[in-house]
Amino acid sequence: MSHASKDAIVSVENMSFSHGPRTIFDRVNISITRGNITAIMGPSGTGKTTLLKLIGGQLRPQSGQVTVDQQVVHQLHRRHLFELRKRMGMLFQSGALLTDLSVFDNVAFPMREHTQLSESMIRALVLMKLDAVGLRGAHPLMPSQLSGGMARRVALARAIALDPKIMMYDEPFAGQDPISMGVLLKLIQVLNNALNLTSIIVTHDIKEAFTIADEVYLISEGKVIEHGPPDDIQNSSSKWVQQFIQGHYDGPVPFHYPANDYQTDLYG
Amino acid sequence: MGRACVLLFYLMTALISVLIRLRLLIAQTYSVGVLTFLIVVVSGFFIGMVLGLQGYTTLSDFGAESALGQIVGTSLVRELGPVMAALLFAGRAGSALTAEIGLMKATEQLSGMEMMAVDPIKRIIAPRFWAGFISMPILALLLSAAGVLGGYLIGVEILGVDNGIFWARMQATIDFKSDLLNGIIKSVVFGFVVTWIAVFEGYDTIPTSEGVGQATTRTVVYSAFAILGLDFIMTALMFGDF
Repeated sequence: MSHASKDAIVSVENMSFSHGPRTIFDRVNISITRGNITAIMGPSGTGKTTLLKLIGGQLRPQSGQVTVDQQVVHQLHRRHLFELRKRMGMLFQSGALLTDLSVFDNVAFPMREHTQLSESMIRALVLMKLDAVGLRGAHPLMPSQLSGGMARRVALARAIALDPKIMMYDEPFAGQDPISMGVLLKLIQVLNNALNLTSIIVTHDIKEAFTIADEVYLISEGKVIEHGPPDDIQNSSSKWVQQFIQGHYDGPVPFHYPANDYQTDLYG
Repeated sequence: MGRACVLLFYLMTALISVLIRLRLLIAQTYSVGVLTFLIVVVSGFFIGMVLGLQGYTTLSDFGAESALGQIVGTSLVRELGPVMAALLFAGRAGSALTAEIGLMKATEQLSGMEMMAVDPIKRIIAPRFWAGFISMPILALLLSAAGVLGGYLIGVEILGVDNGIFWARMQATIDFKSDLLNGIIKSVVFGFVVTWIAVFEGYDTIPTSEGVGQATTRTVVYSAFAILGLDFIMTALMFGDF
């Protein structure tokens, strides 16, 4: 009873993962279709970033499995895992640029590590990648001189440096002003189509995610609550889903953190 | 401790890839070793001057000022050179290594590198570890040399011990094998242990600003304990008469 369909490039099957005593995923099934932009959404602290780390093989599930490109990630030998990661790009929330290298060297980093290309070839490629994110002119800058949005675009240029098949974005819209938000939205969409990527976006920005995603997964408390195309999600009858996408302050997810009776607490 | 040993194992196996990429090792030797050079030499000079002063005052009570060269030389080469250089190295380079690696972890740079299929142990940790390992004995020797000069300045130039006797006594009493070599062995051991502690604490940091601060403190404290403890054990083995 494989959940994975044929054109799924990433599939998560019956996967459970816990961190210490806390269960983060409880027999989760997710299937990501090749060529799609899939948004993984849910409240903060539901382990969305953890999911990306599980797909990238930085963490191992306690049970079930994660398959990327027909390969079970946590069974791979380290060398094969690294081969697989060359075909994955990941955009970290912080950008994770190497602070001691310039913008140019940051983008050149994966090429210099993994290819034997000549410096002149690398230079041309780096400038092309930077041009794609609109920052060719910023190539001599150091990461500390970049704004948050620019740093994320440089990190994006670096993530696509080796022409990956899969791009993973960790909260790409968090803390961005409206313009850089628009730029990132556009970039994610354009790159996905132009480079024949499959994109996985972890986010809790409803509006943005719904405009570009082909499929949405809503995750809460270790379970997939709902999945489907954005339209279906918007029309979902689930109260939880409606609270989440409308942003109601109270509902199935209570406003109050579990506490003792108010009167008992106040008057003893 | 177990995790530190696992890291050490990886660092050992990474030696070959460090040697292949000599450029990284040289860059790290510069920042770990060369940049510690000045503080080590200046400190060594002062230590030597204090030795010269204290040695002269005590020796002159017995009319034995002529032994000043011997006192300054042996105490530096056997003990103060390796120990003080290692303590300064832990404070200057060790803490910087921990903070740098810890911060790279906290800002997801190490994680990002892993996702780019680059092994951070080979690319970041190992060059730093081996750079420290190489730098430490050289720094200890430089500290001893600067100390001898400091002792000479005070003893001979200022307090008036005979120039020829100062150097002759030093030459005659410092043995290459039992003094100099043992001192070098000590500094090699200190370099190994201090850099190991520093890179491990950095790599094992809790990735928050508080965690990086604590890790840096631990590096300095653990290094100091390790240096002084190991120094006693090695001194007992090398010079003890049990």
